[in-house]
Amino acid sequence: MPNLASNLAGIKSPNPFWLASAPPTNSGYQVMKAFDAGWGGAVWKTLGVPIINTSSRYGSVNYKSNRMIGLNNIELITDRPLKDNLREIEEVKKYFPNHAVIASLMVETREEWHQIIKDCENAGADGLELNFGCPHGMCERGMGSAVGQEPSVLETITGWVKEVATVPVIVKLTPNITDITEPALAAVKGGADAISLINTIQSIVGVDLDNFVPFPNVDGKSTNGGYCGPAVKPIALNMVKNCALEPGMTIPISGIGGIETWRDAVEHIVLGATNVQVCTAVMHYGFGIVREMITGLEDYMVSKGFETMDQLIGRALNQVKTWENLNLKYKVVADINTEKCIECQLCYTACEDGAHQAIGLPENGKRIPYIIEENCVGCNLCSLVCPVEECITMVRKDDASKHETWKDYLNNDKAPTSFNDDRAGGVGHWIPDPKSALKKK
Amino acid sequence: MSEFTRPKNAEELGNNFKQIKPLMNATMAYYESSRCLFCYDAPCVQACPTAIDIPLFIRQINTGNVKGAAKTIYDSNYFANTCGKVCPTEVLCEGACVYNHQDVKPIEIGRLQSYASTYVLTKDEPLYQPGQGNGKKVAIIGAGPAGISAACDLRLSGYDVDVYEAKSHPSGLVIYGVAPYKITNQEALDEVEYLQKQFNFNIFYNSPISGEAEFKKLEANYQAIFIGIGLGNTSALRIGGEDLLHCAGATEFIERIKIDPFNTHIGDKVVVIGGGNTAMDAASEAARMGAPEVYLAYRRAKDQKGAYEFEYDLAKAVGVKGLFNVSPVQILGKDKVTGIRFIRTKQEGNKLIPIEGSEFDFLCDMVIKATGQSKLKDFLNQIGGIDLNLNGTIKVNDQFQTTNPKYFASGDAVNGGKEVVNAVAEAKIAAKGIHEFLSAQA
Repeated sequence: MPNLASNLAGIKSPNPFWLASAPPTNSGYQVMKAFDAGWGGAVWKTLGVPIINTSSRYGSVNYKSNRMIGLNNIELITDRPLKDNLREIEEVKKYFPNHAVIASLMVETREEWHQIIKDCENAGADGLELNFGCPHGMCERGMGSAVGQEPSVLETITGWVKEVATVPVIVKLTPNITDITEPALAAVKGGADAISLINTIQSIVGVDLDNFVPFPNVDGKSTNGGYCGPAVKPIALNMVKNCALEPGMTIPISGIGGIETWRDAVEHIVLGATNVQVCTAVMHYGFGIVREMITGLEDYMVSKGFETMDQLIGRALNQVKTWENLNLKYKVVADINTEKCIECQLCYTACEDGAHQAIGLPENGKRIPYIIEENCVGCNLCSLVCPVEECITMVRKDDASKHETWKDYLNNDKAPTSFNDDRAGGVGHWIPDPKSALKKK
Repeated sequence: MSEFTRPKNAEELGNNFKQIKPLMNATMAYYESSRCLFCYDAPCVQACPTAIDIPLFIRQINTGNVKGAAKTIYDSNYFANTCGKVCPTEVLCEGACVYNHQDVKPIEIGRLQSYASTYVLTKDEPLYQPGQGNGKKVAIIGAGPAGISAACDLRLSGYDVDVYEAKSHPSGLVIYGVAPYKITNQEALDEVEYLQKQFNFNIFYNSPISGEAEFKKLEANYQAIFIGIGLGNTSALRIGGEDLLHCAGATEFIERIKIDPFNTHIGDKVVVIGGGNTAMDAASEAARMGAPEVYLAYRRAKDQKGAYEFEYDLAKAVGVKGLFNVSPVQILGKDKVTGIRFIRTKQEGNKLIPIEGSEFDFLCDMVIKATGQSKLKDFLNQIGGIDLNLNGTIKVNDQFQTTNPKYFASGDAVNGGKEVVNAVAEAKIAAKGIHEFLSAQA
């Protein structure tokens, strides 16, 4: 059996699956239940001066019959007194000494930071996570993402924390920023032991079109919330990758954002995360989903011959390049498996209206489309809209003998440089006569 | 023992004739509509005789525009709710759904259609108003799906429309002939009422047209006349014993059940003669009415029956048993039915050959003949200049105009007996034909 044990900057846990600081870690009851279900660690719901929440706090993005592919929330940090939280942290650690309990913190002054760190360490917290990410409510008060968006402030506060902290310190970053590596590097400079990302994305999930109030509705008014759930995973993966590839990043990453299955977790890990944190999926399906995540990860590691988590971390990074380093001589075209085709013609209309008019329909009334290879640019769109697995595949057509990138093109004077340059990539591509569009359905 | 007991009240009747396509709730409709792939040049549309834009209305349901979905459907088919329930979707739209190629359950298009139409029907949300009056009048004979559809389209074009119906209710076979587990009479009546309210045409019930004088009067009062009379009673088998008590025609038997279920005679051992969809309905309904034993007797082999497979399955599911390659020779009994004498048959090429000496008597106490409805030749012969085809159906051109240019016709009387949806589709073409015909005259 592979060993799932995880170590993030010295914080050890039996597996890499942590609960993120959020409603599922609001109480000792929930964290105990989660550990009992199999979670390896939990970042406690952010502690600080307790707040007062609104009633009506979440809004959801549903896609067709799938509920909550995205969730936003306007809930703030803990609304419970610090002493209650600390007592429960202590109790959880008594029952689960080998599980990771991390105290998420958000306070204002240096004195407050020093005090709360001592209290949390006394309660037995294995680590601290500084919440510089929350993009709603708290940021209006100069905390949360307001800190994460100001690298110098982030660095200063991290420094305050490191003055007293004896356990590892994780800085949680907000994605509501142009370049995620700037606050990441500031965390390194401030002395952080790890970073975690992403926190939620500032969002409006929708508007009630009967009364024109965005969701969630708080007595006829609303505010922007923090967006999370499966829909944000691509944004999170990219930011994790950006941090992991940043040369100055000398500390490990805890990956957060859209993780619901073992696959999502492994994607975060191979792009550079040491462990992962989960919230929305638990809010949707409960703590029990971790059973699927653990067995899925184990089975995957067995099938690929991995024995420890270290072997997985950053495994995909070498395959991520800047665009200018991609091989422009690589050529794929679509291939339709006529045995599998169900004749929906979604590929036809997608290519016809949304791509390069490289799919034709038979004249004889039959419905299976065909690829017009000379028009196909190998964009993948048809294979993505096709509802049948493995029906449309992309087949390599070049002989793999040439490797020339945009960078090479620039160096060898092969790149177009003026508006009507005949070295443009589209020169020679067949484009239908505009007027012929009018006769079509 | 039979699965069903004789229903004694409306509740028991309802239980025995549970709707096979019950109304979806909003969640079901949302989930089901989510599955639609929105195919290009969708095969379901091509398979629909009225060419409803099915992917569009399903998408409209999915986006919460249920009224818009209903409008999409009604624009192509005025019997939206009826067709959603009674159409043989298994061989039309749902049979064409591309999911079938993937061995995935096709979209339940019929039920989604009824979901949308029921929304406007129950909310009484109007979708249309008649066109500006053009001073011309059209008479319609028969308030079935063909006649009512033609009436709606003609009202849109501004004609005054009077519908003459021989019976006391509209909807033709939807009321009098369609199996009650497909649609309730109330649902059928509600749809016609909904249409009549919006299009504001007149229906004169219990008003059969008969005699040349009445036709002359119609011709004098209306610029065009639409014939949507359907078919007549069950054709005779032309064998002995057909006039015995408890030997009934399927059309008449089904009509009786739909109009007066508690006073319809049901035998203990019923034989339904025929292999078409009406035979399946009659057998199924006899079983649901509590007949302990019901047999289908068809003169050809099982795989040659005209009925759709799903209709046969419905009959089998309520315990109906099949007798194949048996042809009735004589209905037995003194004053009431006691059995049927059959002769076995075999197929030789295209010919069905009775096997000499293979006669046998099959005991039963009720016979239902489902061997086709007669054509209303006598009725049509009262109108001058209307030619009929050899099989007795009305001869029409591609605008459904008869050989007497003032008369147009659609539905069973023209196609020999098809689905509601075919009648609607044809009537829409006929209405367009009438409009062009009368516009050219002005």
